[in-house]
Amino acid sequence: MIDSNAPGFWPQLFDTLLKATGETLYQVGVTMLITLILGLALGTLLVVTDRGGILERPFGSIVAGRIINAVTQTVVNLGRSIPFIILMIALIPFTRLLLGSAFGVTAAIVPLTVAAIPFYARIVEISLREVNEGLVEAGHSLGATRWQLVLKVIIPEAVPGLIRGFTTTVVSIVNYSAIVGAIGGGGLGDVAIRYGHQRYSVIHIVAVIIVLVAIVQIVQVVGARLANRMSHR
Amino acid sequence: MITLSSVTKTFGDAANPVRALDDVSLSVASGEIFGVIGQSGAGKSTLIRTVNLLERPDSGTVTVADRELTALSDRELLQARREIGMVFQQFNLLDSRTVRGNVELALEIVGVERRQRTARTNEILELVGLEHKAQQYPAQLSGGQKQRVGIARALASRPRVLLSDEATSALDPETTDSILQLLRSLNKELGLTILLITHEMDVVKSVCDSAALMSGGRILEHGRLVDLLSQPGSQLARGLFPLGELPEGTSTVIDVTFVGLSSERPVVAQLARTHHLDVGLLGAAMETIGGAQSGRTRLELPGTIEQHTAAIDDLRAQGLVVEIVRSGR
Repeated sequence: MIDSNAPGFWPQLFDTLLKATGETLYQVGVTMLITLILGLALGTLLVVTDRGGILERPFGSIVAGRIINAVTQTVVNLGRSIPFIILMIALIPFTRLLLGSAFGVTAAIVPLTVAAIPFYARIVEISLREVNEGLVEAGHSLGATRWQLVLKVIIPEAVPGLIRGFTTTVVSIVNYSAIVGAIGGGGLGDVAIRYGHQRYSVIHIVAVIIVLVAIVQIVQVVGARLANRMSHR
Repeated sequence: MITLSSVTKTFGDAANPVRALDDVSLSVASGEIFGVIGQSGAGKSTLIRTVNLLERPDSGTVTVADRELTALSDRELLQARREIGMVFQQFNLLDSRTVRGNVELALEIVGVERRQRTARTNEILELVGLEHKAQQYPAQLSGGQKQRVGIARALASRPRVLLSDEATSALDPETTDSILQLLRSLNKELGLTILLITHEMDVVKSVCDSAALMSGGRILEHGRLVDLLSQPGSQLARGLFPLGELPEGTSTVIDVTFVGLSSERPVVAQLARTHHLDVGLLGAAMETIGGAQSGRTRLELPGTIEQHTAAIDDLRAQGLVVEIVRSGR
């Protein structure tokens, strides 16, 4: 039991929270950076290799297209269907192999990324599918290559949706980053468990909640503003 | 400039095949505006999409500017498409780019460097009358302005051929007119060959030099408008000059078509005078079609068969096209 009247309680709480918030932001930031690149790539692959997509026949082979699409679908579904807490534990050997250690603030980025990429890939897929087919057609009529279609037509037109989806993904990952605290991943979740749960400090729990709500709010507002600014419809 | 030869395209599966193009052959001369008209479902959209191979035909060949597109590799096809502009009914502009950006897209795809892109974009925006809208986004434009951007984008890389897929069908009549005028002036000034599809006879009437009538995936008739007008029984000519229903009765009714100079002659008065016939005027229309002043009159002839035959022979001798709609007794 922690005595909130003890001298130094509040400065100590502040220090703990500051450090934990920094850890959480670091985890979420690195995770989202990797997710942005790989999720975008995976989501794009899902759309372009689908039937009727612009990469329906990679290397001139429809079989290759079907295989790449099926494999990508399976990878995304697998990542999406495993509950995070199980995914996190299942990935311990992999994380150890990759980083030498399975626990700690940085190690937690591995399961977070593995969860975030398929999540974002699905959102990317939905956003890209909403791009008007006529624009792809116009691109074709201008003689665009597949790369040009993806980079100059499809992705730029989907940007508002991609930003909104990214915001949703960030919020989910903030949520998951609290769970990794349970296996020594540090961050705000760690504070809630070690001080709030194990040492009965309601004030710590409340403080963690306030910080998390603030982060989510900021992410939402910034995301929505940015998406609106990029939307010229 | 554009030649389609025995082009066939079937959609759907083996159980329910839909023949969108059934052995279609068509030839568009360099520098002309060619209109394909037909009702929705006639296959005209598929037809225009085969010209730049957005739709690959099942059989037959497509040749544009002496290059057989159906024989090209994928890479060569991209190159060829850059020389064929296309405009769409729904404009298909990128919402994420400004007017300038949309036009520049065409140049970026071709690989034109930045400075030249800017210069060419200014030039082409001025040509379509939108230089003052360069920084606006498509959402801020009217339908007619959007189509002008579409045209500017299609022409940015200086193609010799423009395909127009119902470009005016989403526009009101006045805007339609201004876009058609623009197409006409681009055709004249740049020597641009234009193939357009439409379901409106007025579009054919006001800008086309030649036309084809399409139905059920087949081309029923085609040719230069001035020739079609003088072709008895031409459905296109009838569409260009609707003269209404036949009157009741058994009298002889003829349609007389004037093309070019003959329209200035007082044909009806002359007929009445020389043959002593009280000619009845049932309907008449005058238009400038394919650049020539043309007209069609539907006349009712009283009197005997002999008188009719003499009158009709006389008209034909004057170079007029006479079609006997009903032969009276």
